[in-house]
Amino acid sequence: MLLSPYPTNAERIRVAALWFWCVLVLIFLVVPIFVPVPLSFNSGSFFTFPLAGVSTRWYEVVLGTPRWRAAIGNSLLIGFGTTILATVLGTLTAIGLSDPKFPGRRFVVPLLISPLIVPVVVTAVGTYLFYARIGLANTYGGIILAHTVLASPFVVVTVSASLAGFDRNLMRATSILGAKPLTGFLRVMLPLILPGVLSGAAFAFVTSFDEVVVVQFLANAQQRTLPLEMFTGLREQLSPAITAAATLMMGLSILLLIVANLLARRSRKNAGAASE
Amino acid sequence: MKSVCRTNLLALAGAAIICQLQPVGAEELTIMATGGAWQAALRQAWFEPFAKKAGVKFNEQEYTGELGKIKAMVETGNVPIDLVTVETSTVLQGCDAGVLIRIDYSKVADRSRFLPGTALDCGVGIDVYGDVLAYDTTVLKEAPTSVLDIFDTKKFPGKRAMRKAPAQNLEWALMADGVPIAEVYKVLGTPDGVDRAFKKLDTIKKDIVWWDAGAQPPQLLASKEVVMTTAWNGRIQSAIDQDKRPFAIVWDNQIVEYDMIAIPKGAKNLDLAYKYLAYVAQPDVGAQLGRFIPYGPVLSDSTPFVPKDVLPKLPTAPDHMKNYLVGDVEFWGDHGEDLVKRFNAWLAQ
Amino acid sequence: MSSIAMPTTKTWISARDHSDSLRPLALAAPLLLLLLFSFGAPIVALLSRAVYEPTIANALPLTIAALRQDSGAGVPDEAVFRAFAIDLKDGQAAGTVYEFAKNLNTRLPGARSQVLRVARLAAQDQAITKEAMIKAAPLLGEEKSWSAIRVGTNRFTSFFLLSAFDLRWTGQWTIGAVPADQAVFLRVFGRTFLIATLVTLATLALAFPLAYLMTNLRPAMAAIVLVLVLLPFWTSILVRTAAWTVILQKYGILNDLMLWLGVTSDRIELMYSRTGLIIAMTHIQLPFTLLPIYSVMRSVQPSQLRAAQSLGGRPFTVFRRIYLPQVMPGVLAGCLLTFILCLGYYITPVLIGGASDQLISNFIANYVNAELNWEMAAALSFVLLASTLGLYITMTRYLGLDLFKMG
Repeated sequence: MLLSPYPTNAERIRVAALWFWCVLVLIFLVVPIFVPVPLSFNSGSFFTFPLAGVSTRWYEVVLGTPRWRAAIGNSLLIGFGTTILATVLGTLTAIGLSDPKFPGRRFVVPLLISPLIVPVVVTAVGTYLFYARIGLANTYGGIILAHTVLASPFVVVTVSASLAGFDRNLMRATSILGAKPLTGFLRVMLPLILPGVLSGAAFAFVTSFDEVVVVQFLANAQQRTLPLEMFTGLREQLSPAITAAATLMMGLSILLLIVANLLARRSRKNAGAASE
Repeated sequence: MKSVCRTNLLALAGAAIICQLQPVGAEELTIMATGGAWQAALRQAWFEPFAKKAGVKFNEQEYTGELGKIKAMVETGNVPIDLVTVETSTVLQGCDAGVLIRIDYSKVADRSRFLPGTALDCGVGIDVYGDVLAYDTTVLKEAPTSVLDIFDTKKFPGKRAMRKAPAQNLEWALMADGVPIAEVYKVLGTPDGVDRAFKKLDTIKKDIVWWDAGAQPPQLLASKEVVMTTAWNGRIQSAIDQDKRPFAIVWDNQIVEYDMIAIPKGAKNLDLAYKYLAYVAQPDVGAQLGRFIPYGPVLSDSTPFVPKDVLPKLPTAPDHMKNYLVGDVEFWGDHGEDLVKRFNAWLAQ
Repeated sequence: MSSIAMPTTKTWISARDHSDSLRPLALAAPLLLLLLFSFGAPIVALLSRAVYEPTIANALPLTIAALRQDSGAGVPDEAVFRAFAIDLKDGQAAGTVYEFAKNLNTRLPGARSQVLRVARLAAQDQAITKEAMIKAAPLLGEEKSWSAIRVGTNRFTSFFLLSAFDLRWTGQWTIGAVPADQAVFLRVFGRTFLIATLVTLATLALAFPLAYLMTNLRPAMAAIVLVLVLLPFWTSILVRTAAWTVILQKYGILNDLMLWLGVTSDRIELMYSRTGLIIAMTHIQLPFTLLPIYSVMRSVQPSQLRAAQSLGGRPFTVFRRIYLPQVMPGVLAGCLLTFILCLGYYITPVLIGGASDQLISNFIANYVNAELNWEMAAALSFVLLASTLGLYITMTRYLGLDLFKMG
């Protein structure tokens, strides 16, 4: 696909260079992610190679202590809650914004990107002062809402980018053909903008999953998340336990992504079979 | 469980929030501390014995040691914390900002039993630690003999680490520049003295790696990133004792500092909080912490109760108290903000 | 682009009735309301502290009245001092004197302990004289102290905003720079924008070719690459930063590798340097730049490119004239995201950057958490927010860029 059916030499060189560069980029992207893996088997308590010895000591810490298990559970709960809420709200907003008739865009856009710009510690204090007054501080709902505020701009941005390539006439066509707006959205628009929606969802998840500052203010001892656990520990002891936790999360994510891929391929096959 | 506000996610969508306050059963005390090995030591030495003795439930929370969150709690009038551990300089800030209450010492202990500078208006001392110099004995052939050797790049070439803050570093700079220990804060109070301290720091600026978190100095030594570092003595000691690292501590010209405990304004279980402070301020109880982490007691009458094998590791051991400076809280209350700004400007240049 | 086939915006609006503009608004309403109420309002309230600071005015009601009688500019007379003493005594009783002393200390370094000393004296001795007060607090005998107090009695203040630009009032009507050894924020703002720009360009150089390759791979291969791109998201920033520490440090993996390969002859200092910081930030931001580009590239019809090429377009021309305009929304979205996010970094600079690589968020967090000076934090945040929004609006206005591009 990169090469035309009858490639010239210049074309071959260009494609080879592209491959070479991309392999380097992938190495740059992935290798640092795997560095913590061997460190998580370190029997000493420092972040250095060579390892002091091999042990599963830190895995016992992470899996054996209720604190770490609760932290992982909280992070996943808050992360997925945020992802769902932010993706739904963000996608709706992006669709609304993409309509040329949207009134007052000038005032809406600064509001949408401000959560990305305002230093998160200021957001955390402001949110806390507000949430504490309405009884949302120290609740899961409050943390998810606060993370949704931080995460939904990502969804709006990525979905908007996808919508830029979307031909609105398609939606008019569906309505002319008698489809309800929702059907038109699900059958025509959503499949086309899905890459944007999914990358927005990925951003939303990571925003919540990496967030420590807002959680520091809004969470109580029961709602402690994984990053918060690591961050507060950092002051006392930068222990390899955090690399063990990271390795576990990564294993889980690879598993999830593979399962999702298999499911997607199966449904694609089914769809293909149905259409034939 | 404490009285927790429960929100119903469905109701939330309609912006209606159901907030139920549950009745509180047994007495509870909530403390916020800075976590890690130190908090574990506090737990074993004091939290658990007190909970058992007073028949209360002890809740622990962790934070980064900075008062921003407590200020936010106090502003909203919803303070679920009864006690908080803080550094000395933080006590002063919290006091000034109206975040911490002023301690009624008649409910704690006779103020004169505390070491000078450990019974502050808004905070009660709980332990003594030392700002010291540490190095890896396998890296440095010749051992440094004083903290001030950190300024000697000829004899000890290579990177060295210092805490990224003006406090302690400016004092050491003046001491290294020949100011007698007794006059350090007097000199540092004058513009010329400040210039002099920064000029001394200038001489090693390009060789300094700055650390923020207390866990970094042992890590920097372990990775051989630096040949020597300033550090809190407990961190280095635990790397020596627990991780069998070949580190050594230099005590000469150490700066002695205190950890404090304070009560945030609006704390709900005030009486119980005072009961806890009074409990820890007993001579024998006050000495317990040293068994779990090498930090010394702040009560002058606690020393006899410190276990014999712990004593030589403490900052207050007679051997370590030949040349030392006690950090001046009042000085840093006055000049902290200014010097931090100047320090940041200096770093950025 | 797709809009070519559509009537212009204007005819659209006039052709339809008014109620049609309500549907897009209704779609966006839930998020906009959430942002407005749980983000916009509290943040505006917090940022307003940059200009509204009533502590000194609240602490000195009598002194303010007395100062109004006293028309002189320098050190006021006995009456003002008497009022000042009563105000301090009341503050001491109410416990507000500490807050006042701290606040004054921000404007008048060294004032804190002197004011507290006078307050203690005033509480004991009702009839304390001007002379005794100046003896206890030498600063009160100086002209600059009283001009600081006079300025401070105004509830609305420009002090913090000026400080954010390294400026201050030097006289009643003149503004000048703060002393060079106190000037820090302009440099930090400049550095923050510089590092954000460099990281954005670096991520673009890495992400664009990879995204292009991914769109041209077989679905199975593309999925595998996508997994590799998404993998970092499952690793917390703290862990990734720690991993970079292990790689970059002097006896770390990268130095070992370069020595072994003979690229360098000596170990180089990458930790606590700007190079190290930019490498680590580029790594963390790469997926943020890449994913929007990828999602847009996927929607480009390859048939168009082939058509252009078959019509005799040279590859570069086809790329520039046909491909680039179509993927531009994704490129801009990715770059703007990364740029804006870089402005807010603060954990990575602390752990990997050197002392001269700290960004503005580090300072803001410090004012919020450690110094408890929320006014200064609000002022710096306001400047950051205003300059970024200004930059964004300028870009949308003059370059036609938009994060939320219309279809």
